[in-house]
Amino acid sequence: MSAPIIWILLPFVSGALILLLLGEKYAAYIGGGIAAFLAMIALFVPIDTALLIGSVSIKIAPAIQVFGRSFELVTADGPLLAVLYGLAALWLFGTEASGTAHRFVSLGLMIVALLTASIAVEPFLYAALLLEIAAMLVVPLLVPLYQKPGKGVVRFIIYQTFAMPFILFSGWMLAGVEASPGNLSTTIQSGVMLSMGFAFLFGVFPLYNWIPQLMEEASPYAAGFLLWALPTFTVIFSLGFLDRYTWLRNTSQIANAIFYSGVIMTATSGIFGALQRHLGRILGYAAIAETGLLLTAIALKTPDMVSIVFLTLIPRGLELSVWALALSIIKRRAYPLRFSDIQGMARKYPIAVGAIFFAHLSIAGFPLLAGFPSRLALWQELSLQSLSASLWVFIGLLGLLISALRTLAAFVMAKEDTKWEMNESPIQTVMLGIGMAGLLVLGMFPQSLQPIISNLPALFQHLNQ
Amino acid sequence: MLAEIISWVAVALALTASTAIMVSRDWRISLGALALQYLAAFWLVTRHLPFAMGSVKLIAGWMVVAILGMTRINLANLEQEESEAFYPRGAAFRVILMGVVAFAAAGAAPAIEAAIPGLGLPVIAGGLILIGAGMAHLGVTSDLLRVTLGLLTVISGFEILYAAVESAILVTGLLAAVNLGLSVLGAYLLTAGSVPFVSGEEEL
Repeated sequence: MSAPIIWILLPFVSGALILLLLGEKYAAYIGGGIAAFLAMIALFVPIDTALLIGSVSIKIAPAIQVFGRSFELVTADGPLLAVLYGLAALWLFGTEASGTAHRFVSLGLMIVALLTASIAVEPFLYAALLLEIAAMLVVPLLVPLYQKPGKGVVRFIIYQTFAMPFILFSGWMLAGVEASPGNLSTTIQSGVMLSMGFAFLFGVFPLYNWIPQLMEEASPYAAGFLLWALPTFTVIFSLGFLDRYTWLRNTSQIANAIFYSGVIMTATSGIFGALQRHLGRILGYAAIAETGLLLTAIALKTPDMVSIVFLTLIPRGLELSVWALALSIIKRRAYPLRFSDIQGMARKYPIAVGAIFFAHLSIAGFPLLAGFPSRLALWQELSLQSLSASLWVFIGLLGLLISALRTLAAFVMAKEDTKWEMNESPIQTVMLGIGMAGLLVLGMFPQSLQPIISNLPALFQHLNQ
Repeated sequence: MLAEIISWVAVALALTASTAIMVSRDWRISLGALALQYLAAFWLVTRHLPFAMGSVKLIAGWMVVAILGMTRINLANLEQEESEAFYPRGAAFRVILMGVVAFAAAGAAPAIEAAIPGLGLPVIAGGLILIGAGMAHLGVTSDLLRVTLGLLTVISGFEILYAAVESAILVTGLLAAVNLGLSVLGAYLLTAGSVPFVSGEEEL
């Protein structure tokens, strides 16, 4: 058995089978179980290393050939696969509580499989095509058949489609730059092409305008999954570029472009987020701010850059899943999630409201929550690099904090005689409770991530130098 | 020499087809023009790719047309909406827009040929015309079918140029999957909203 078959083909086929064969009832458990099982294998069974169990020797081969090109997952990919499939399992188990199980689980598994293929494919530039196919698979999750598609989803697919040609073409040009590094015009052209491609993929300012629109139109859980999955794999893809091409790392213009894109994204989304009156849009702006932080972290000139990126990336999955799940629970009673619709909800859905508040504070970098350790590490390096950029990032995070307080104020705005109720189902309560506990544990004991994070920099050997 | 002449005919066909897609309000004409556009793209792609790989793009393209056509033919109620809400600008504006695209492509093609020798002027011009036409189309429409046509036009322009620099079978296959995926997505989004909502309780 080879690694790409286990972590790409198996979840993809499972997703298709769940769509065709299984009903709503078991889909979440089986899909979540498969993802959790794959995470466990990635964690405990090393790739390309013989394991002796009794008299049986097991070895997972690292690569397979498809049409003359290879899909390869090496030993160093193990911890990354464990993290990605672990977080995917969290999202898939959550579908049961959010009430979106059947289609979400099957498409979710297929999307994660395709995104994993984007990490594995060689030459790695072809990942742009796989990211595009994965983005197309997300659309049925965002637009159910009974709902007219809005502008947000159309813009999303246009921007993702535009990214693909830019990245593929820039990849071809980058090879030319490597062959003749002195050719300045080719270097500039390929740099611009690459920047455009990633600007579309990440949704750099002002190309993120589809995210708040989409959060207003679509199911919060499906849109939250999209905001977790695509940027996560795009970050890994972009780290691959920086790792592979030395001149990209050493060109100060490109490093500055990434750095200031991240700072501007964080600052603008924080400020816009503070002015919103729709809970979905607030979640959208918070996700944009966090993507901005990831870009800022990628541009840091420190050997710890990869560790800081993954320290931000891992809690992001938990924060977004908890927030999106809680929103989807509240949306059933407070459609369309404007402040005027959610007044007093804290007394009807205390757990869901608490979960939203916890996740929101965590993304804003509030102490003792999961987002805090990564923000602390980021601040430390950022302050050495640029104090003005630190100030703008601070303004962005302050904006998120203000929007958290405004949201809380709207939630608790109930009449005095309103009784406290708990309308969440037991499964919803358990899922949200586990999520909130996770946010606290990762905040108070960040060293619990250390065994995983310490191995991840091995994936990008040149970036640690 | 003959191949060169046919290549320029293909470029002219690509320009005419993309202009027809841009200007026409009738979806039947637009899809017919898209089919012709794929024929032109096929010829330009085979300047650098083997015939068999080029024909994959042609077949995938015609499948795209079939998918969109079959979906659109079942959505007769959209006709009225489209004629009222779609295309606030006149046909003359769109023809001028295509003229700008054609001039821009004609201006840029020799520069690109100088920078990347060996691509061939017709291939560059054809690719740039389709990319520009698709972008222009996306800029003037919000109709779902038109957006899909715009994206497919951009992708086919890109495919013409990319075929000259990359000939991997996997890429050809994945690009065909992207084309088919975009058409299925367009068909899905066109259909979305026409199916009544049935809650779980009603189903029971």
